[in-house]
Amino acid sequence: MSDEKRKFLAASPLFFTLFSVITGLLVGALVLLVSGYSPLRAYHVIIDGIFSRPSYIAYTIIYSTPLIMTGLSVAFAFRTGLFNIGAEGQFIMGALGAALAGAFLNLPPVIHAIVAALAGIAAAAIWGGIAGFLKARFGVNEVIATIMLNWTALYLNNYIVALPGIKRPAATATAFILDSARIEILPLWKASEAGRAWRALHPFGHDIFRTPFNVGILVALFLAFFCWWILNRTTLGYELRAVGHNAECSEHTGIDVKGRMISSMSIAGGLAGAAGALHVLGWTRQAAELAAMEGLGFDGIAVALIGGASPIGCIPAGLLFGALKYGGSKLQFALRAPIEVVNIVIGAIVFFVAMPKLLRIIGRWQQRKKRQGGDSHAA
Amino acid sequence: MPEGTKNTVRLAVEMKRITKRFGDFLANDAIDFDVRRGEVHALLGENGAGKSTLMNQLYGLYLPSSGAIFINGEYVRITSPKMAIARGIGMVHQHFMLVQPFTVTENIVLGCESVGVFGILDNAGALREVETLSNRYGLAVDPGARIQDISVAMQQRVEILKCLYRGAEILILDEPTAVLTPQEIDFLAEIIRNLTAEGKTVIIITHKLREIKNMAHRCTVIRKGVKIGTVDVASRSESELAEMMVGRAVTFEVEKAPVRTSEPVLSLHEVHARNNRGLPALKGISLDVKRGEILALAGVDGNGQSELVEVLTGLRRVDSGSVRFRDAEITDFSPGQRIERGLAAIPEDRQKRGLVGPFTIAENLILEEHTQPPFSRSGILDLQAIGMHARMLIDRFDIRPPRERYRASSLSGGNQQKVILAREITRDPELLIASQPTRGLDVGAIEYVHKRLVQVRDEGKAVLLVSLDLDETLALADRIAVIYEGRIVAVLDREEADERRLGLLMAGGGAVHV
Amino acid sequence: MLLESVAFIIATTLMYSAPLIFTSLGGVVSENAGVVNIGLEGMMTIGAFVGAAVGYFANDAWIGFLAAGAAGGTLAFFHAMACVTFLADHIVSGIAINFIGPGLSLFLSRYFFDGATQTLSLSLDTKIPRPLNGVFEQNGFFDMVFNQYATVYLALFLVPFLWFVLYRTRLGLRIRAVGEHPKAADTLGIDVFRIKYLAVIASGVLAGFGGAALSVAIVSRFSSTLVSGQGFIALAAMIFGKWKPVGTLAACLLFSSAQGLTVFLGRADLQRLLPIPSQLLATIPFLLTLAVLIGFVGKSRPPAADGIPYEKE
Repeated sequence: MSDEKRKFLAASPLFFTLFSVITGLLVGALVLLVSGYSPLRAYHVIIDGIFSRPSYIAYTIIYSTPLIMTGLSVAFAFRTGLFNIGAEGQFIMGALGAALAGAFLNLPPVIHAIVAALAGIAAAAIWGGIAGFLKARFGVNEVIATIMLNWTALYLNNYIVALPGIKRPAATATAFILDSARIEILPLWKASEAGRAWRALHPFGHDIFRTPFNVGILVALFLAFFCWWILNRTTLGYELRAVGHNAECSEHTGIDVKGRMISSMSIAGGLAGAAGALHVLGWTRQAAELAAMEGLGFDGIAVALIGGASPIGCIPAGLLFGALKYGGSKLQFALRAPIEVVNIVIGAIVFFVAMPKLLRIIGRWQQRKKRQGGDSHAA
Repeated sequence: MPEGTKNTVRLAVEMKRITKRFGDFLANDAIDFDVRRGEVHALLGENGAGKSTLMNQLYGLYLPSSGAIFINGEYVRITSPKMAIARGIGMVHQHFMLVQPFTVTENIVLGCESVGVFGILDNAGALREVETLSNRYGLAVDPGARIQDISVAMQQRVEILKCLYRGAEILILDEPTAVLTPQEIDFLAEIIRNLTAEGKTVIIITHKLREIKNMAHRCTVIRKGVKIGTVDVASRSESELAEMMVGRAVTFEVEKAPVRTSEPVLSLHEVHARNNRGLPALKGISLDVKRGEILALAGVDGNGQSELVEVLTGLRRVDSGSVRFRDAEITDFSPGQRIERGLAAIPEDRQKRGLVGPFTIAENLILEEHTQPPFSRSGILDLQAIGMHARMLIDRFDIRPPRERYRASSLSGGNQQKVILAREITRDPELLIASQPTRGLDVGAIEYVHKRLVQVRDEGKAVLLVSLDLDETLALADRIAVIYEGRIVAVLDREEADERRLGLLMAGGGAVHV
Repeated sequence: MLLESVAFIIATTLMYSAPLIFTSLGGVVSENAGVVNIGLEGMMTIGAFVGAAVGYFANDAWIGFLAAGAAGGTLAFFHAMACVTFLADHIVSGIAINFIGPGLSLFLSRYFFDGATQTLSLSLDTKIPRPLNGVFEQNGFFDMVFNQYATVYLALFLVPFLWFVLYRTRLGLRIRAVGEHPKAADTLGIDVFRIKYLAVIASGVLAGFGGAALSVAIVSRFSSTLVSGQGFIALAAMIFGKWKPVGTLAACLLFSSAQGLTVFLGRADLQRLLPIPSQLLATIPFLLTLAVLIGFVGKSRPPAADGIPYEKE
């Protein structure tokens, strides 16, 4: 490969991300190898577990949907110069809001779903806005503030779902959402007699209908493009980006920096809340007591980072993640290998994504070997 | 092993055919540079000419791409500042390398601290040593004071002591007079004389011709990485030196029509404000800026200029007092409101406050007006209009490279300043505040900026110039206000002002206060 | 009753403070050298696991304790490499550590403990000892307050020790110089990279100790919900303590007293008097942290070059 071509590739962020992903997978392979599992078999299980049946592909998409949106949440805030580690707590609030609105309101179908989703999004937007407000008004570091709010959201959720009137008997969870609020695709029809008859004749459709396949993915894709549009085509996005790059200059030129920080965190919160809301409306249909955080919000951080903190990038990154998580969940059963290897792979990928200089240094080593005598920098 | 010239024994420093490349950029091109022991040698060149780069190689911060360095006749390969220090070379950088919260003593001994068992610091001993050194060379410092609390001139003395503490015989001073008043500059000249009397060799990197005439024996001129020549300072005039530096005849005068002012557009009355550390920075400022004039604010850095500009632009609250602009009380106006009313500002740190680096030129050019048509309607940006606007301004202000999608951070300093100028001037402001508008720019860019500022003034607008460069102040100003310790101590017409007088006022009146 | 309650709260405060003190002092060291370490949580987790696992297999909590430090330090080494050599964004690298640390801990836990996400318990006599056991009258005031695990005393000792190192020794002066103005330190011949590496690895070792102080002292094993955010509370303590050892200690005591209060109010006899749902009690430490940050942080300032990758040019 010519020098020029290599330099170009090395500079391209896409190449760099791919490099990080592959390296991360190699690290995972190494960990598996050292622990006595065959990396090839493990990765084969994962790939098989994703692609070999329509229902698996459907599940992969279902797993990826919330991840794309929590990724959007983090990426959006990132563009404004803020680290939204609170996607986890905002997700919980979104799920809770949607679950309550879905279970206790009475509205016609579709409208009910939309209202429930909006309720969740609003709750989460407020949750995110709190962190934004603390940062803007008091200068509280948003990383710490959002982490504290995560835990608060968790316990608040547990408190609320156990309240009499909200809790359903025999489970520490809210009452199930009404059918009018569900966003699954044809949930009642596919289980009915007519539906079952159709499914018997169409194996592909039959397989997909086994899963809670829902319209959430469409919402996620729409939100990704919507975020891109806001950031690049509106004055709001212009100001958010300006504040993110250089808050001092933005203030100097008349932008309301504090207000924008709050807006940004609210929007980010809303995005993570959408993830939680759609997760409930499409799949779990309840908000339950949580022993620990589910991790979809934290995974969103990794999705955003791997997606290059760009809204569109969150789509492939979210899909990659969903695939790894879903495929990885089969490792325990197939190989008795710990599913946490996926977390290690993800962590390794993020780790490498954090080091853009790595590629530059590798490139320089190669160049140095070629050139004779002339390290131009003092040791 | 390379050979030095036959005279190398009398030469403290000899650098032979030094070439330094940064990627494709040639910073130094086969430069020969020698310094005799005990002399004061000036290295003259514009901003970006390569003089700092040359000295950074002497100090071990860079390795030459090719060429050789001899210290006292001996060939050396200096690969780190530690080695340079070991060889008796000390450097005082343009931007001081002082740890702000540490004391003077801690800064001086950092890196070669005297320690007892387990590395425990010997503070008392260090204090004594610093006092001894300070007395010996006449460098008055307060050993127990923290850097963030002492004056710039004292900080410079601390930097010099740092070198002497490490046994430096060869001292490199990088733009030492940029931050001093004329009296402090005289003081520095005396210090340098003391040093050479003790046998030290001093190299001054500068673009200030007057200081070269006052302090240096010989001068080497560098232009665009190439050595133009070495001359005896006494045998050349300032304008001859300037011509060597720039490559063409340079006029120091700025063409200005006689001033025609009218009523004040900006009035400050008894303004009090505090700085970032909560201490009083402005102690009752009262000042007027009239239409059609350039009012320069002269003063040593750190006497309240930055805080005053921040008060005017709305970034800093006042504790008491009022600011009136165009017959309106704007004391509590936000930056956005002031901009709307016709206030424009060129910030002193263009990269921190003037531009959003990762934004394109086009995006930077609309920064203050992005919410208004034609650039946006109902919150949606009109990219076409933005592009057209950018192309027009790039053409009018000769911004290079002329590509509106270029990132602002990749532009040269001069072009970055042009972007800011373009943005602020085309808004047709009533008052333009220019803080250090020519800092770090080469002569061509400086001339351009000066021309534009005068143009604004000639169109009947007001310009408030805040500059640390007395030459610039005297060249541009119609009236000069001197700020000292947060107060306006004098307002002079240009005819009444000269360097000596300004210098005295900037230092607080009659006494030479360093 | 009152005396007993006071003693109980003090006792639980001290007990819970040890992990926080170790970890937050780790943060103090790292950030004073200019490297932000968000990954304290991950380092604490791996320390907790390794401490419990090694302690179990070696039948000796101290060996586990030391191994925990080594584990934290190893993880920190990667953080140092990413941030110092490869100029990574400190926060992003820290986030990666927070994935890898717990991931690795659970992975190894399943591997060594038969698929379980928790280790097997250390027996009572192989845990960290209580050096003052039996000295005071059992269950008396002094016994409750002072009969603490050795790790508590170690942590308390560490505070003045670290203060001394940072402010009275050459190493400490250089660490602080590197965090404030690395370029100045560099031009004076100080090896900026080496000092940053040292500081970050030390912070990992301390965070590892903090995790072990949880898993082989307070409880007797590692579980997946053991650390749960304490690494982040330690970070908050460091900010509240203005990056100085003594202030950080005060903050740790404040936060762990919140935890102590939570346990106290959750006690059966108090639940009868003051029935606050346990879930809401659990939010107290976090809300307190927020309140403290709101009220105090505006005036504190990190080292000038904190979080800024240092590039030699």
